[in-house]
Amino acid sequence: MMTLKVNGHDHQIDADPDTPLLYVLRDDIKLNAAKFGCGLGQCGACTVIVDGKAVFSCVTPLLLLEGKQVTTLEGLGTVDAPAPIQRAFIEEQAAQCGYCINGMMMRAQALLQRNSKPTDEQIRAELEPHLCRCGTHMRILRAVHRAAKLMDTAELSTGSAQ
Amino acid sequence: MNGPRNGAVILDRRQVLAGGGALIVSFSFADAFAQDQGAVHPPRWIGSLKDTPFLDSWVRIDADGSITVFTGKAELGQGFKTAFQQIAAEELDVPFKSLTVVTADTGRTANEGYTAGSHSMQDSGTAIQNAAAQARELLIAEAARRLDVPAENLRTENGTVIAPNGQRLGYGDLVAGGMLHVQAQPQSRLKDPATYTVVGQPVPRVDIPAKVTGGAAYVQDMRLPGMVHARVVRPPSYGAQLTDCDTASIEDMPGVVKVIRSGNFLAVAAKKEFQAIKAMRALSAAAKWKETAGLPKQEDISRVLTGLPSQDSTIFQRSNPAVVGQKTIEATYTRPYQSHGSIGPSCAVAHSTDDIMTVWTHTQGVYPDRQGIAEMLRVPAAKVRLIHAEGSGCYGHNGADDAAADAALIARELPGVPVRLQWMREQEHGWEPYGPAMVTKLKASLDSSGAISDWNFEVWSNTHSMRPGGAGTLLAAQHMAQPFAVPAPKPLPLPEGGGDRNAIPIYTFPNAHVVHHFIPAMPVRISAMRALGAYHNVFSIESFMDELAMAAGADPVEFRLRHLEDPRGRDVIEKAAEAFGWQKGQKAPQGRGFGFAFARYKNLAAYCAIATEVEINHETGRPRLVRAVAAVDSGQVVNPDGLINQVEGAIMQSMSWTLYEAVTFNDTRITSIDWQTYPILRFDAVPESIDVHIINRPGQPFLGSGETGQGPAAASIANAIANAAGKRLRDLPLTRKRIKDAIGV
Repeated sequence: MMTLKVNGHDHQIDADPDTPLLYVLRDDIKLNAAKFGCGLGQCGACTVIVDGKAVFSCVTPLLLLEGKQVTTLEGLGTVDAPAPIQRAFIEEQAAQCGYCINGMMMRAQALLQRNSKPTDEQIRAELEPHLCRCGTHMRILRAVHRAAKLMDTAELSTGSAQ
Repeated sequence: MNGPRNGAVILDRRQVLAGGGALIVSFSFADAFAQDQGAVHPPRWIGSLKDTPFLDSWVRIDADGSITVFTGKAELGQGFKTAFQQIAAEELDVPFKSLTVVTADTGRTANEGYTAGSHSMQDSGTAIQNAAAQARELLIAEAARRLDVPAENLRTENGTVIAPNGQRLGYGDLVAGGMLHVQAQPQSRLKDPATYTVVGQPVPRVDIPAKVTGGAAYVQDMRLPGMVHARVVRPPSYGAQLTDCDTASIEDMPGVVKVIRSGNFLAVAAKKEFQAIKAMRALSAAAKWKETAGLPKQEDISRVLTGLPSQDSTIFQRSNPAVVGQKTIEATYTRPYQSHGSIGPSCAVAHSTDDIMTVWTHTQGVYPDRQGIAEMLRVPAAKVRLIHAEGSGCYGHNGADDAAADAALIARELPGVPVRLQWMREQEHGWEPYGPAMVTKLKASLDSSGAISDWNFEVWSNTHSMRPGGAGTLLAAQHMAQPFAVPAPKPLPLPEGGGDRNAIPIYTFPNAHVVHHFIPAMPVRISAMRALGAYHNVFSIESFMDELAMAAGADPVEFRLRHLEDPRGRDVIEKAAEAFGWQKGQKAPQGRGFGFAFARYKNLAAYCAIATEVEINHETGRPRLVRAVAAVDSGQVVNPDGLINQVEGAIMQSMSWTLYEAVTFNDTRITSIDWQTYPILRFDAVPESIDVHIINRPGQPFLGSGETGQGPAAASIANAIANAAGKRLRDLPLTRKRIKDAIGV
């Protein structure tokens, strides 16, 4: 039994320590966003944020996550109260089948948390580990730019309120 | 342009009731209409209503006013669920958000075959449009009866019928009994497109919010109570025979519920997903297989294909002996096997209860796949229900149907227990049915004026559909004890065609001869992949048009227009050229090239022209699409943003196929089994811009646009590479190595 912190909540996990985080999230905690794509760290569909960094949950075993903060797409916002990155992807209609989109959003979120004004080149370089087969890349790039602006605006309005 | 739609027979509820049976009445209406008009029926507007004519198969209105729209098509990420909702809301005069759309389910929806061939809008969209319009007419007729007001004095708004004196009757109040259980009329009173408020708007997709917030959006996300997780162990190669497998130790592994072995079919189910994966690995290690070296040499595949026995047919012939060519050129183009490469490996959930096998699947055809699964299970089709649930984008016949069959075969061994089965990455890559390899040989002559005088086109190809119907197309049925044989392949009939899809030129040539060499033998497992043969045939025709334009000293755009009569085709060519800034005699910047290509998908669906700018790195040969500008005419546009999204995606995906992709194999095994061995487009190759311009055709039939971009994008990029490199590449994919070899750096 191990305690895993996901989206701010502690979960008691009864799984072998070599179990990749992906299966713990999907199977034990019943979360949907992180997706199985390859199990090899080649496509990015399984990406989550661990202590601020984007990681492939399909190749990250449970035993490495003791005491760490795991954030999934569910932890960012909801349909009713979407986070800026989620709003941006909805507003840009940046999905076709959407299977890869979790990974795109989590990688972009991690980028925007450490660099609130990334250049187009930086966004493209950051998303390099991620595959999209429907060819939604142009919209994904636009959505990340939009998310940066939305976060910027949100910070400004928070700032003025204080 | 609305003539055939607006000369409508107006359906009168009283007449329907007086007829003593909806069925009889509607038949008599249809006959009367046909006689009146001297028309051939059913008219083409009516889409899938011709096979599923009852209105309530498409639209149901409940007494509480809630409205459900049914489609037999499957949402594959192309966004038509939203488009159908727009169409129904428009014709019913109800708010967009008040509707629910139910997609393919053998227990609830019409049998619309496969969701394929860019048919969804024309088949299902048209059916929903007409059914909704006719339902609205019936509601008005009923209100007219109740209020004793002439129907023409009534109007509809927001789900109510409104009388001139302001009296209102809600649809839910008006609907009664089997009111919508009547056959559709051959004509509908459709709204004037000029009055549309929902159709034609870029309504946001209904499925995206759940997909970007971690909602349960896919079959992969299904969790039924008591559900177990299963994995299959596939043979290491086609035709491999399982000679030995000690399953006892695997049955003792943690969480394992059952090991299933039937002939060459091996699977394991466990309580938790990763337990199933560990058990699958152990099972895989325990299995001993006898393999046969039966694959041809990958690098010889074109020669192998053209050397196989073929059924040859001339599919187009035009002769004008008076026109004689002066200068003749020839070229051969090839395409390798290519992978659908879905990002999410195929998945299904199956549940065997009380004699009924229910399977949730991302198949493109719930009815045909049900037939295959029922045959495999050796039960009547009525004992199997298939419900579509979204999966990862498929782009054709990927592993979806096979995964559904796998899940069903496993669930049969676990009565009452829901089974979720997902393929592993190497299974999807190694076992999906690929887009077939193809060869085309072209020969044409130019006359003294620089126009094409004769055109010869030959295409060699397997079929482009080995989809279910029978069980023999399903891997599980092929591998199980008492297996089913793979059915004999058939060429897909024209006018849509398979290997010969878009083989007949849309251009007008005085002499033309087109031959389809259909090859029954399939050395590698193949089936339908987005655009079927059109991808390679358009790549070939449109590359060759550029070669001919160059030989004629003509501008490629002007050369195409010189040979094209179709005014809508000319419009998209002119639009794409203008938006791109195409100029006769233009010269691309150093190291770059401009390309152009055009096609009308299947010569009967959407029109698409694409201009591209490509850059070639002269050190490495690496090509990069810099920008693409497309123009598309898809008839009446329902959701412009959805259409743009489809065409953008088609350009990106086709670019990936065209520049990078080939299935690899040795004499025994498929060797492209993941994203390392089957590289596709990544962000470093994403262009600076893609612009899609829509030419809307209000009131014209929906043409379907999911596949229209694949061929033109390939040829446009190939032409831009030829323009940049000064050398023509004719073998797909146009890799950096091939470009480097061609330019000799």
